[in-house]
This record gives sequence, structure tokens and C-alpha cells, in this order.
Amino acid sequence: MAESQKSDAFVAFERVQKSYDGETLVVKDLNLSMPKGEFLTMLGPSGSGKTTCLMMLAGFETATHGKILLDGVSINNIPPHKRGIGMVFQNYALFPHMSVAENLSFPLEVRKIGKSDREQKVKRALDMVQMGAFGGRRPAQLSGGQQQRIALARALVFEPELVLMDEPLGALDKQLREHMQFEITNLAHELGITTVYVTHDQTEALTMSDRVAVFDDGRIQQIAAPDVLYESPDNSFVAQFIGENNTLQGTIKEIKGDLALVELDDGELIDAKPVNVSKPGERTTISIRPERVEVDTRKLGETAHTLKAEVAEFIYMGDVFRTRLKVAGKDDFIIKTRNSADQVRLQPGEQIEIGWLPQDCRALDAV
Amino acid sequence: MSKLKSTGPQTADAPTPEDALHEAKSLNEAGKKDGPMLAADGTPLKRSLARALRVQKMRALMLIAPLLVFVLVTFIAPIVDMLFRSVENQIVSNTLPRATAAVETWDADAEEAPGEAVFRALYSDMFIASEAKEHTRLGTRLNYEQTGLSSMFRSTGRAVDDFGEAQIDALEDLNDVWEDEAFWYALMTGGEGATGNSDLLEAQRARLAQLTGDSFRGDIGFVPGAEISELLPQTARAYATFALFTAIADEDVVAEEEPWEAVKVGLIEDLKGGADLSGYDGPGAEELRAAQEMLQDQPAIVYKDAFIAADEGWGSNTTWRTIQTYSPEFTSGYFLNAIDMQKGVDGAKARPENQQIYIMLFQRTLFMSLVICASCILLGYPVAYLLSNLPVRSANLLMILVLLPFWTSLLVRTSAWKVMLQQQGVINDVMVWLGLVDDANRLVMINNQFGTIVAMTHILLPFMILPMYSVMSTIPPAYVRAARSLGATQWTAFWRVYFPQSVPGIGAGSILVFILAIGYYITPEIVGGTTGTFISNRIAYHISSSLNWGLAAALGTILLAAVLILYWAYDKIVGIDNVKLG
Repeated sequence: MAESQKSDAFVAFERVQKSYDGETLVVKDLNLSMPKGEFLTMLGPSGSGKTTCLMMLAGFETATHGKILLDGVSINNIPPHKRGIGMVFQNYALFPHMSVAENLSFPLEVRKIGKSDREQKVKRALDMVQMGAFGGRRPAQLSGGQQQRIALARALVFEPELVLMDEPLGALDKQLREHMQFEITNLAHELGITTVYVTHDQTEALTMSDRVAVFDDGRIQQIAAPDVLYESPDNSFVAQFIGENNTLQGTIKEIKGDLALVELDDGELIDAKPVNVSKPGERTTISIRPERVEVDTRKLGETAHTLKAEVAEFIYMGDVFRTRLKVAGKDDFIIKTRNSADQVRLQPGEQIEIGWLPQDCRALDAV
Repeated sequence: MSKLKSTGPQTADAPTPEDALHEAKSLNEAGKKDGPMLAADGTPLKRSLARALRVQKMRALMLIAPLLVFVLVTFIAPIVDMLFRSVENQIVSNTLPRATAAVETWDADAEEAPGEAVFRALYSDMFIASEAKEHTRLGTRLNYEQTGLSSMFRSTGRAVDDFGEAQIDALEDLNDVWEDEAFWYALMTGGEGATGNSDLLEAQRARLAQLTGDSFRGDIGFVPGAEISELLPQTARAYATFALFTAIADEDVVAEEEPWEAVKVGLIEDLKGGADLSGYDGPGAEELRAAQEMLQDQPAIVYKDAFIAADEGWGSNTTWRTIQTYSPEFTSGYFLNAIDMQKGVDGAKARPENQQIYIMLFQRTLFMSLVICASCILLGYPVAYLLSNLPVRSANLLMILVLLPFWTSLLVRTSAWKVMLQQQGVINDVMVWLGLVDDANRLVMINNQFGTIVAMTHILLPFMILPMYSVMSTIPPAYVRAARSLGATQWTAFWRVYFPQSVPGIGAGSILVFILAIGYYITPEIVGGTTGTFISNRIAYHISSSLNWGLAAALGTILLAAVLILYWAYDKIVGIDNVKLG
């Protein structure tokens, strides 16, 4: 069992801690293992420790405590240039005094690869990112998207098994960013490289990754596939951070197997699925996605609990309607309904009843 | 390897600025077909735009105007004047206009000293010059070219009053009127209501203005008579000059002053030269005829002998060759002098070996500036690197240490080096104490090149560090990290990635330090001794001690040209665009 796990984990963090000033820990007890070929995204707000983790893996920061393993070997004391890890930087870090081809040729030169071999590899890498015609240009003569491709090609040209990307799409506009997301994941999967990708953009994380590690406060809050993360967040932070989310505060009234009855602060009762609550009387935050809220309470069945709501605002967004409601004393409760032919358009001031299936609403830790 | 089938890089990109430019261009071309583009009110667009921008331009100009005027007046103008001095040589022809004209055709190789005509011209020039006290200046000027000329002009200036003394005495013995100022005045004006010759007066006015640099404007209460100035041309000319000088320089009344000896000498020359007095019936006609008759028996004035008697130098060909060589208004003499050459009979030739100094000084200045520049790079680069890579707090502290020399007087710093480096100084004492150096053989580290290089490197170091630092602080650390992640060792990452990007800072610092060093004066003056001085020390010597401003200007011009040429070469090789100060 231990054997298989070891060979399975291509990259592993074991009880890693990091402190810059000797007083506070930026990374607290990080444990992570990822198999070969996985595309893992580290997602979190700024200051959550994700970039520090990446820099420790690349070798630019040293771990204060714990071990970092690459292919089963501890790399704590290996200098960055011997780790053989490709890296794409936030602002590309293309060498401005070298042409595109020279930039790509640089990692091959320092590895003392022969000239003809080098040219061939550079050409192949440029073709791979469809920039074959741009070898003679200077980075400053390229657009942001083109520079991004070159940075990617440079990180891949020496055929590393592990590639790190530090918010590589942060400087691009939205349209180009979406396009590049698609290209990067395609490339990573086709080449079978293991990728660690750092971002604070949750859409990017969800669309690109095999697994997402959500960082907050120096810890991984949850590490799971995007759909799991979205639909079954382990705690309030993840629920809040990933996607749009409605939260209501309350107290657990009773727990029956997979069903918890929650008394909201204004006294109303509602059903939820207990996640990290264990006994009645505990404070809880219940979390429900806007698209899982049902306005037609007849669909929910006789026994379901419902809440009274008043429509505060109706926003037409084309494919969906976004309606803001006043629920349980809060006026930021959002619901999303599909713009289908039979959908009712709610009017502000209208009094309605809302409810949901218990499995869609998660009772999490109190914030 | 995969091929991405999606849109290509071009289509994936947002519209570029070039697109907008093309669009604007095609729009413009469309407009061109119907003549120039017009603004909404029908005026051509260009004019309309120029009008809109004019106010802005005027405002900008107003803002810089005070500085511009200040710089023009206090900096550019003196420099231009100084450069002009390096070729200007009007003093010779201004002071001795007639003599230089007369000596022009003289052939120094073929003949003895010039003939009587040249000396007669020299007399009239010299007399006026000595009255105006300009002959000593000319002597000083010509002394740069030939030593001894200064004292020669001085003594001649004293003696020139006595030339023709015997003839003048004879004239005055003949009739007292020749000592009477009123008689002279009446004679030279031609009496009441005579036609005046104001052309002669104006010519003399211009001549005096040229000589002294004053304008000699104003009414002098005298106009030479037309008849008398035709009859006695030399007398009239000399009297007109005398009158101008008396009225304007001495602020006396012309009619109340006895004329110069030169006027009387002029009269003697005119009368002996056979002036035809038969038809003359103006004032003093009788006296003139009597004088002419008397002078027939008097010997002619021999100017050549008189000059040689005043100073033997006037008989020498060398003197006259010098005067002849430097009589043109512009001369290359200063420049030739500045490159250890001199004007000879057959053009320029090198000075004797033991008089050569300037080429060697220029070479030394260039060489030492290069050494100083190189040592500044070597010492400054690591500091600038450290500065730009330290955390802000420590960097600020280090920056203060770098800037500290700026806040200390230059003289204090230079003197401190004197204390440190001299033979009885701190460093020698320590080395003797440590036993590294024998007490009898203390190291000579000051008053030579070594001392100058050490002190100037120290003084100019901040000028190297600051531009380097400002360039280095703009190099993001991500570049070196990227290089390291791509497999480069620390040294390779530095040398292949960091260093090339810091070169503009080295360039900027080098230009700054080199140009400052090449013209440095105070430090080499104090610690340079004889082997460590720069060309600027020599320039300062000529400005303040030898007062040979022409040579100083020529040396300065050469220095300026050298700097400009180096700057141009630097631009060709490195490219001035690559120089960044931040």
C-alpha cells in the first residue's frame, strides 16, 4: 500500500512549513501529493501561501520545515537549476535582450545540447505554440498573447516532466485568457506533463484542472476535482470562494442521518445536508448555490421546509435571470433561473416562497 | 507534439494599435483626394491643429524661458566667446594696422630687416598705441610666440615720444607758434567757415575704436579742414587722432592742448616731402612756408635707426617674421601651439622636443580618465547590485553611505586623501608599524598618478553607482529566476541574463564619470604633483597665471572636441539609446 502510494506520488509535500520572519507561518503544515500527468491548480486569495508553495517547489524559497519530494527524491537541497522543472512566470520573464529563438535556445544551451539538435527543438517548440514565424523577433515586438505562448514554449522546450505556472494569464484580457486556458490544458494533457498551476481566478481553476487545491491562511482547505469542489465544498471558506453562493446563519435543531434541520436566526426552519456539524445546538452556516434554489415549491414535495422571500431586484442577463431576494432578514440572497419559455419573471416587491432539496444545501461550520 | 486547431495567434489577439493607425491613414488618404483635410470651420486641419497647439507651446516655452536665458547668458555665450578666442588674433592688426600692411610683402628669407617705409608706418602705429597704452598688450601677446618681445614693446613705447626730437626742436626754435595749441587748432580746422573733412575724422575714429575697443563716439569740437588735410595729409591724420583722443579719452578741450610729437613729426614729413604751399592762403600760411624753407636744411628723420636705438630687437629678422606671421586677423597659431607645433616660415612644424608638453598631457588625461572610469565600474558594480537587491530598509542605509561623499566638500575629501596617502601619512604609518614597509622606504602614493587616480575614483564613484543602481532596480528578479529555472547556474544566469540588461547603466555611468574626469581640475591640482596633473590644470594655468587665453581656449576646444568625438564613437558602438539613467 505504502509502496504504491509512493510510486504514485510524482510530487509530494510532506508536512511543509514556511516562515519568512520567524514569527508567523506563511505555509502551515502542508501535505500534498500529486500523481504523474496531473494538472493541479493552487487556488486561493492573495497571501494564502499558494505562490510560496510554488516557489518552494521551484527552489527559489527553502522550506522552513518538512520535505518536498520529486519523483520520490527529496529536493530540499537541490538548487533550482538542477531540478529540471519548467516554469512560466506571471509577466512571462522573457529575456528582453534575446530574440524569441534565443530565449528558447537558452535552456538547451545551458544543458550543452548540440547546435543542430537545439535548432530542431526550438523549431518544434515554436511550432507547438504556433509561433514558428516569430523566432527572429524580440519579445517587446510581440503582443501579450504571443509572449505568453513563447513563455510556455520556453518552459517546455527542454522537455521537463513538471511544469509550474505562476498566474500566467493574469496580464491578458478576458477573451484571450479563455483561449489560452484551453490551449494550455490541451498541451499539458497531450504532452503528458505534470502541471502545477497557481491562480486566484476560480473560473480558470475550475475549467483547467484535474484537481484544485484551495488555499487559505497557509493551509489547503480542500483538494478535489472541480465538480466536487463546487458541489460539495468541505467548509464555508471553500463554499464562499468557489462560485456564487448564498449563506444563511443558523443553529442545528436536529440531525437525522443525511438530513439536518436548521433553525435560522429569524426562527424559520429549513433542511440541509450536515457536512461538518455533528450535534444539535451547534452554530452553522448553510450554503446553497443560486441555481439550486427552487421558486416553485410544489416540485419539492410535501414535507420540505420552505422560506418566505421578497423580491428585491430582477436582473435580466440573457441566458439567465438573476433575482435578488430578501430572505431571513438578509437582502443579498441571489437566485438564478434559466431563461426558458415557461419561466416566470419575478417582479420586485412580490412575495414568494423558496426552498431546495436537502442534498443541495450544505450545513457547514459557522463563520 | 500537438497542433492546436483553433484560431491562430493573430486572430486570437485584440486589435493592435497598428490597426488603428492603418485605419487613420486610409481615412486621411480618402480625405486627400479632395484637397487637404479641413476642420469643421473650413480651415485646413493642419493650420487649425497648429493654432490649437500654439498656446501649449508658448506656455512650455515660458516655463523654460528663465533657465534658457540664464544658460545662454552665463554658459553658452562665454563658451562661444572662449572658443572664438582660440583663433582670434586681431590684436596685431588692430594695434599695428599700417605696419602690418606695410610688412606684408616683405620676404623674411631674402632681405634684411624691413625698409624705412615699414618703420615709418610702425612709428605712427606705435605712437598711437603707446598713447592708448595698448602696446604692452600686444607685447604680451607676441611674447607667447617669441620671448623678449614684451620688454621690447615696453621700452619702445617709452622711447617713441623722442623720435625726431632734433627736427621738432628746430621747428619750435624757428617759431613759437609751433608750441601754441590755439595756432595748431586754427591751422588744422582751416579757420572759420572752412570746408571740413569729416571722412578723415571718422576714419580715425574707427581706427581708435578698433585699437582700444571703446567706441570714441561723441562730438569733439574739431573737424579737420578739407584743404589743409589734402595739403598736409600725415599732419591732418595725426592731429585728428590726437583731437579724438584728447576730447574723448582725456576729456580735455582740443584747442587748449598742445598736439603730440607725432603731429609735429607728421608736419615735418609733409613739409619735407614737398607739400605744395604756393596756392595756400589759409591760417598759418606764412609760418608753414617758413618752416618748409627751414626744414630743407634739416636731415630727414631715420625711423629705422631710432627704433633700433630704442631696442635692438627691431633690427632682427626674427622679430619681423613673428609680426608678419601673426598679422592676419585669425590664426591657427594657438591650436598649433596646443599640439606642440609652431608656425614657421614654411608652415607648421613640431616644436623642439624639450618644449613639447600638451600632447603628452592630453594622452595622460585620456589614459587616467579611462583608468578612473574602469576602476569606478569595478568598484561600483557590486555596490549597485547589492543596493538594488537588498530589502528597502537596508538599501536605504547603504544608499546614504553612497551619497555621503556628495554631502562633504570636495576639498575636504581631497585633502583627506592627502592625509591618508602622504609619506608621513596614515597608510604609510600603518604599513611601517606592521613591518610591511621599511621606514626609510616609505611608499610615494601622493603627488603622482596613483594619488590622482585613487582620489578621483573615490570622488566620482557615486556618479557611477547611481545610474547603475537606477537601471538595475528596474530589472525584475523574475529574469534571473527564469534563467535559473531553465537550468542556468547562478553565474550563467547573471552573465547571460542579468548583466546584459545592466549594461545601459554601466554605459550611462561611464559617460558621466569619463566626461567629468577628463575635465577635472581641483583634485589633480591638489594631489597630482607634476606627473598626475591633467590638461585642465594647464588650461587653468594659462587662464589665471600666464594669461594666454588664446592658448587656453585652443586647449579647451581640443578637449571639448575630444569629448564630443568619444561621445559620437560611443553612440556608434553602444548606441546612446542604450544609456539609461533610470
